[in-house]
Amino acid sequence: MASSEVARQLQNDNCRPLSLSGHVGFDSLPDQLVNKSVNQGFCFNILCIGETGIGKSTLIDTLFNTSFDDRVSTHFQPNVRLRAQTYELQESNVRLKLTIVNTVGFGDQINKEDSYQPIVDYIDAQFEAYLQEELKIKRSLYNYHDTRIHVCLYFISPTGHSLKTLDLLTMKNLDSKVNIIPVIAKADTISKTELQKFKIKLMSELVSNGVQIYQFPTDDETISKINATMNGHLPFAVVGSMEEMKIGNKMVKARQYPWGIVQVENENHCDFVKLREMLICTNMEDLREQTHARHYELYRRCKLEEMGFRDTGPENKPVSLQETYEAKRHEFFGELQRKEEEMRQMFVQRVKEKEAILKEAERELQAKFEHLKRLHQEERMKLEEKRKLLEDDMIAFNKRKAATELLQAQAFASTPSVSLKKDKDRKNFM
Amino acid sequence: MEGQPVQPAPEETPRNTNPANVGLELFGYVGIEAVLDQMRIKTMKTGFEFNLMVVGQSGLGKSTMVNTLFKSKVSRKPTGPGYEEHIPKTVQLQSVTHIIEEKGVKMKLTVTDTPGFGDQINNENCWDPIIKYINEQYEKYLREEILISRKRKIPDTRVHSCVYFVPPTGHWLRPLDLEFMRRLSKIVNVVPVIAKADTLTLEERAEFKQRIQKDLKAHGISVYPQEDFDDNPDDRILNDKIRDKIPFAVVGADKEHQVNGKRVLGRKTKWGIIEVENPAHCEFPLLRDLLIRSHLQDLKDITHNVHYESYRVQRLNESNRLALSPVNGLLGKDEVESDL
Repeated sequence: MASSEVARQLQNDNCRPLSLSGHVGFDSLPDQLVNKSVNQGFCFNILCIGETGIGKSTLIDTLFNTSFDDRVSTHFQPNVRLRAQTYELQESNVRLKLTIVNTVGFGDQINKEDSYQPIVDYIDAQFEAYLQEELKIKRSLYNYHDTRIHVCLYFISPTGHSLKTLDLLTMKNLDSKVNIIPVIAKADTISKTELQKFKIKLMSELVSNGVQIYQFPTDDETISKINATMNGHLPFAVVGSMEEMKIGNKMVKARQYPWGIVQVENENHCDFVKLREMLICTNMEDLREQTHARHYELYRRCKLEEMGFRDTGPENKPVSLQETYEAKRHEFFGELQRKEEEMRQMFVQRVKEKEAILKEAERELQAKFEHLKRLHQEERMKLEEKRKLLEDDMIAFNKRKAATELLQAQAFASTPSVSLKKDKDRKNFM
Repeated sequence: MEGQPVQPAPEETPRNTNPANVGLELFGYVGIEAVLDQMRIKTMKTGFEFNLMVVGQSGLGKSTMVNTLFKSKVSRKPTGPGYEEHIPKTVQLQSVTHIIEEKGVKMKLTVTDTPGFGDQINNENCWDPIIKYINEQYEKYLREEILISRKRKIPDTRVHSCVYFVPPTGHWLRPLDLEFMRRLSKIVNVVPVIAKADTLTLEERAEFKQRIQKDLKAHGISVYPQEDFDDNPDDRILNDKIRDKIPFAVVGADKEHQVNGKRVLGRKTKWGIIEVENPAHCEFPLLRDLLIRSHLQDLKDITHNVHYESYRVQRLNESNRLALSPVNGLLGKDEVESDL
């Protein structure tokens, strides 16, 4: 029994049970807790994976009895995209924030190698966002809009034979990250006997390939029996339809064919009611808890270990996350500083070089100037000398001119014969 | 986290394509409200934890009050004659843990008593051991929370509520009371009560309460329920009514007496029997309702979302500065900055 288990566990912590002699009143605790949650509202996120046209949107519409987005996708998507939409539903006093993530273009490409990668990336991104919020210094977890995927409905094509390779591959990559519930879509194309065989084949394939699908919990006695029987009916063969037909005197959701009418909520026709029961009425809270306690913790552990954090240091002494974080942070800052220094050195270097070049140029220019100046100076001096010579010449010439004129004048005044000799003498004397 | 930029999912996968969440009508019954029952079953399976601390001078009736609250011998204080209460030289903290069950709901109750508080001649810093204890519990929880592989359910030893016993002087709050409540209301939910209220008449009680409320307001002390944490108008109306009556005037009793043919818990005196659970006599029912029947989950939530978070912020910021200090042999922050 669950209650004695709790008592035993609590007793292990050295606590004594005590008996009350009257009504204290803390039996209202679960109600207090539930009221708080009702005030805050619930979040539930469903991921639907399946080929285009397999009936994902119709099934979700039928499950929640409302009509969500109507957009029909084409088959010509170049790669798989995920489209998330959030809706707020309210039933009596419960507010549910439902997010439906659809895979658009899954299974449509010719080369399907990368089909599952965008899905895995999306799921990891939601975990990462939550982890970031949790690791912040100033955080507000209690009003954080939780976008982690709580359940993945995997739609299997009703071929009647076995799982496709793409299905196996995708599920194998997702089973440790999200709760997978496989469903057989468009189950009205398979007959009852074929369906039995198909289900057995599918489950055995999943088991033999080690794919861990979500098992409905059987540890709580109130729901263990029903969960156990439901576990035996997996995968659920579902039919979805929002069209209503009159059967007997009631309006029921059904699909009409010339050979008969398939009623969605008739348990003989398909497992839709079981799916709704299991998904929403019985196990929604467990799905949310598994996502948080198992898948998210696994992601967190892997991510932190990847970043180099450990719980025990090199000498096997417990090292706190904080210390490792600080060490890493310091390392990072050291790195940053080193890079800065490097860049600064380089900058200084460049500046020096440029300066050297400029100085060089300046010096050259100066030298040239000096040279030119000198040349100019020399030229000038030469010219000066020449001028001086010229002037001297001029003076000499003028003197001689004056002297000869004087002589000529004297010669005219005295005798010509004597003068000739004297002229000559005088000339020689001059 | 620095150095680890989160790669956002490729542009085609936005987290929320609808800018405004669409509210939709359900055409019929879906079964969403069954999640409430699921939650109820789950919480009953895991059980609850509640940690209460009682603070006050010796002889004010703390142990009796706890026993009356939980209708059992939570604190075993021998009361026979010839027993001398040993008053410790410094404030000590003693915790007792019990498991109590009512109608399938299991609760692990821890009551921390503080003998020696306010009993010495020089009571300076007598609140320090208490503050240290409360912070130690936060530290324990923080360490568990930041482990890589952490437990599914982290054991919660944080003090959810601290009941402070004010002696029934009838005048004002004493400096010790003010100092204590001022410091502790910042880190834990403090619920002040007037102890041994059977020494005050109804008029004296009302006046005393008024003065205490004025005192608390004048010194900026916010006791539980704090005004800042009222979520919605309904809560505010409810809590305003409670705030009018704080501090509750209580009387504790663990003996039963016969009154009008019924057995009631009360104190028998020569001039009458004070019925503990009679709202006309004392306000014990209000205290019990506040602590247990209506606001227990709220006390735990405020401890977790407000007090624990502010401790965490302070602690993480502190260790940031510590890691870069010269004491550790690493580059001091100032040295680093001067290089720039």
